[in-house]
Amino acid sequence: MDIAAEAKPETIELKGRKVVAGRAEGEALVTTETISGWGGINERTGTVIERRHEMRGVSFAGKILVFPGAKGSSGWSAYFHMTRLNGVQPAAMIFTRMTTKIALGAVVTRVPAITELDQDPLSVIETGDWVVVDADAGTVTVTRKSRR
Amino acid sequence: MNLTDHEKAMYDGEHGRAKARAMDLLVRYGEALGAERLVETNNVAGAFNASTPSVQAIAEKGMEHVYSELNLDSDEVVDVPHMVAHTCQLITGIDNDNWELQGVDKSLVDMQRANEKYLGRRGVNMFATCTPYQVGNVPVKGEHCAWMESSAVIYCNSVLGARTNVEGKESTGAAALTGRIPYWGFHITENRRGTHLVELDIEVDDMMDWGLLGYYIGEVIGEEIPVLKGTGRQPDLIKLKHFGAAAASSGGVEMYHIPGITPEADSIEEAFGGRKVKGTFRYGAKERRETYEKLQSSTEKKVDFIMLGCPHNSIDQMALIAHMLENRKIHSDVQLWVHTPRAIKQVAERNGYIDTIRDAGGVVMSDTCPAISRRLPAGTKVIATDSAKQAHYLPAITGVQGWFGSVSDCVDAALTGQWNGRV
Repeated sequence: MDIAAEAKPETIELKGRKVVAGRAEGEALVTTETISGWGGINERTGTVIERRHEMRGVSFAGKILVFPGAKGSSGWSAYFHMTRLNGVQPAAMIFTRMTTKIALGAVVTRVPAITELDQDPLSVIETGDWVVVDADAGTVTVTRKSRR
Repeated sequence: MNLTDHEKAMYDGEHGRAKARAMDLLVRYGEALGAERLVETNNVAGAFNASTPSVQAIAEKGMEHVYSELNLDSDEVVDVPHMVAHTCQLITGIDNDNWELQGVDKSLVDMQRANEKYLGRRGVNMFATCTPYQVGNVPVKGEHCAWMESSAVIYCNSVLGARTNVEGKESTGAAALTGRIPYWGFHITENRRGTHLVELDIEVDDMMDWGLLGYYIGEVIGEEIPVLKGTGRQPDLIKLKHFGAAAASSGGVEMYHIPGITPEADSIEEAFGGRKVKGTFRYGAKERRETYEKLQSSTEKKVDFIMLGCPHNSIDQMALIAHMLENRKIHSDVQLWVHTPRAIKQVAERNGYIDTIRDAGGVVMSDTCPAISRRLPAGTKVIATDSAKQAHYLPAITGVQGWFGSVSDCVDAALTGQWNGRV
């Protein structure tokens, strides 16, 4: 039984609404804290710089960024836009709270993005899980890191 | 998304490539939001100008490259026609006069000036301030706007009763060329009602008090819509400018009601508009004290930089600072920068305020601020400011320690070189 379970990794599928079209997969980076664009990230490294943020010093470049959404300055989209021009943007965005900042930011970062999921992605997905985002199909497929 | 015939024609390129690319961005953005349509706007306040090193590589290819990439999110480089909507530039990174004091490279100043010429001819009015409502852009109640700058957005929605979401560099770039923005969020009447009640147990009077109250509300309420009860004395532009900037810094407040004072509610009932009150907060002496402590990020009493004027000062604030500095000299170890919109600076010049501040050893800056430019006097370690917003952002962005207090505490620190402020 155990051997069978290990051979077939545990996967979970979440369903949601497409924000930006496309498909991407990668390692999840999960934070329960909203992220500031201007004044909150370094757009040259894709690193969170906000004082007192739990992800301070961590880079989201190439990761499936799972977070509640955006906060802070109206420069949010411009800073995530710059991460794309600098090649350090996340691979995809999964978020829970819709605002104009996150919507525009996801659009100009031009990575697959999804929201309104049928389960809370912040509690279902853990940092290090392998995640496939298929925004057009509206699905997020999560494979546990421990079973990979 | 449902588009009108004119919007479809713009989308299909019948009005030129720039408008087609602008419509493409607005449709992608509107669909991301889940908006069903766009709304007409004739009032855009955005970030167009090129003033940072990261833009320089793009600007060297031509200013149409800057607008196409950064203001339209377009890979296709398009010729930029005249703006369709009334459009203004918000705060920038460089003071066109005091750039040397800021430590800005001359090549960046030349870029900013060339870019301003390019944009100015196309109808982007160079207000160069975070407070367009102080220098001639005062939207009317109900007017649909597309504004950036969180402190301006909250003022626009709450004090003026005009309607805007927090827009971004790309959406304002597209709105200015098309006169359209997604009909979503604060453009819709039902989304403008209050959600939480904030009852005041103490009188909120001067500018520092309003800043503290705003910072407290942003922290406890996040992105909800507070309704204030018991504010006491009638506030003015200066106080609500500070209140809103603080609430939009510690939280994401974009709209509030003060029944009887702000235009969309004469009573508490009207402010909630039949919505269920989600929660109530009480603000008293304890909350005021705790908020004050939170804004202090310094332990060093010796200060070396005083920043006044965030959001940019009104003419009355300039008069007050000039009055406090009359026939006095600031401490030799201290630099004092006072920020005001360029249009107000001209009035202050005529009134003699600039001379008074300059004679005391201070500098009057326009077009920018240290948080936006990320530029402080060389060697700055400890700052003092009368702005909750600046006290919130500057330590995070530049790594300095910060004191927050009243304008008189800050002027005192400028004169003595020591922080003696208290709540």
